[in-house]
Amino acid sequence: MTVRSRQIMALGSAAALGLLLVWGVMRLPDFGAYPESYGDMLNAAAVAERHVTNIPSAVNFDYRAFDTLGEEFMLFVAVAGLAVLFREQRGQSDRKNLSVVQVSEAVRWMGSGLIGFTVLFGMMIVLHGSLTPGGGFQGGLILAMAVLLIYLIRGDEAFERVSRRAFVEALEASGAGAYILIGLAMLAAGGMFLENLLPIGRLREVYSGGTIFLINLATGVEVSAAFVLLFAEFLEESRKPSSER
Amino acid sequence: MNVLPYAIAVWLFLAGLYGVATSRNLIHLIVCLSVAQSSTYILLIAIGYRQGAGAPIFMYVPIGTPAVDPVVQALALTDVVVSAAMTALLLAVAVRIYKQTGTLDPQKLRPLRS
Repeated sequence: MTVRSRQIMALGSAAALGLLLVWGVMRLPDFGAYPESYGDMLNAAAVAERHVTNIPSAVNFDYRAFDTLGEEFMLFVAVAGLAVLFREQRGQSDRKNLSVVQVSEAVRWMGSGLIGFTVLFGMMIVLHGSLTPGGGFQGGLILAMAVLLIYLIRGDEAFERVSRRAFVEALEASGAGAYILIGLAMLAAGGMFLENLLPIGRLREVYSGGTIFLINLATGVEVSAAFVLLFAEFLEESRKPSSER
Repeated sequence: MNVLPYAIAVWLFLAGLYGVATSRNLIHLIVCLSVAQSSTYILLIAIGYRQGAGAPIFMYVPIGTPAVDPVVQALALTDVVVSAAMTALLLAVAVRIYKQTGTLDPQKLRPLRS
């Protein structure tokens, strides 16, 4: 098929799809006039039943906890697939030379100062997942950024030292596994899988929401380790093998 | 009837799709796919929006304050995570394709042969 005919086909089907989308959007509720009461019910129920003030967190880690389990494992599988894809090609014994990067004093000073702040900020976002905007996914990513900052100011060797594969992989797996274990523990305690049976704590305190708090922590560990592993795999792929030098 | 947010979602989706269909570079193609996917965030958030309502966070406001739908916000979070995971995997595939064929142009890639 030539490029030209492919473009014509793409434009034709895009036009048809566009019409379909516009037709579908016409039937949506008017913007700003959200009519459903389901959201209102959750806004009221989650505060009263679970003592959490961040309702999207309650939805993700309690009311839709089973879906979020799938979401978390999608990230897990994507990172595992990426590692398999890269490692299969690289081979095991293939030694890479670690490059020594020259960074300016400004980057080194700013970066060194920012690492502590980033770790603290990430932990705050994870721990306050049931209170304020944020949670395991967002905070986990910020924590992974702290490790990337080490790469930025110290280069490959320091990054390799803080992101030892065996450790990061174990951390990622235990984060993902803890999610399932929490679910199974609820099953063992006589409830349903991922049912929230733990004490819900006091409203507007760090420990609140029962399993929401714990699953939030597990997710934070899993996401931060997953993204560190992701950076590490891409960085390793970008290095030249020593034989090609 | 105010349909601007919905129109932006449709426009973003079609613009991203156009980029995917006509792309000459796999990295560009993956970015276009992310553009198409970001239309879904706008659609989700727009559906749950309510005029004059706040975020569904009751840390510093009294309980019962009018708030937007929390479900679509949680869905948007899921969406972002899926998008990030998928982009990472696709970039890895692009790196692999480049190492094996020496090109990132999808037009130059031959169909797979057994």
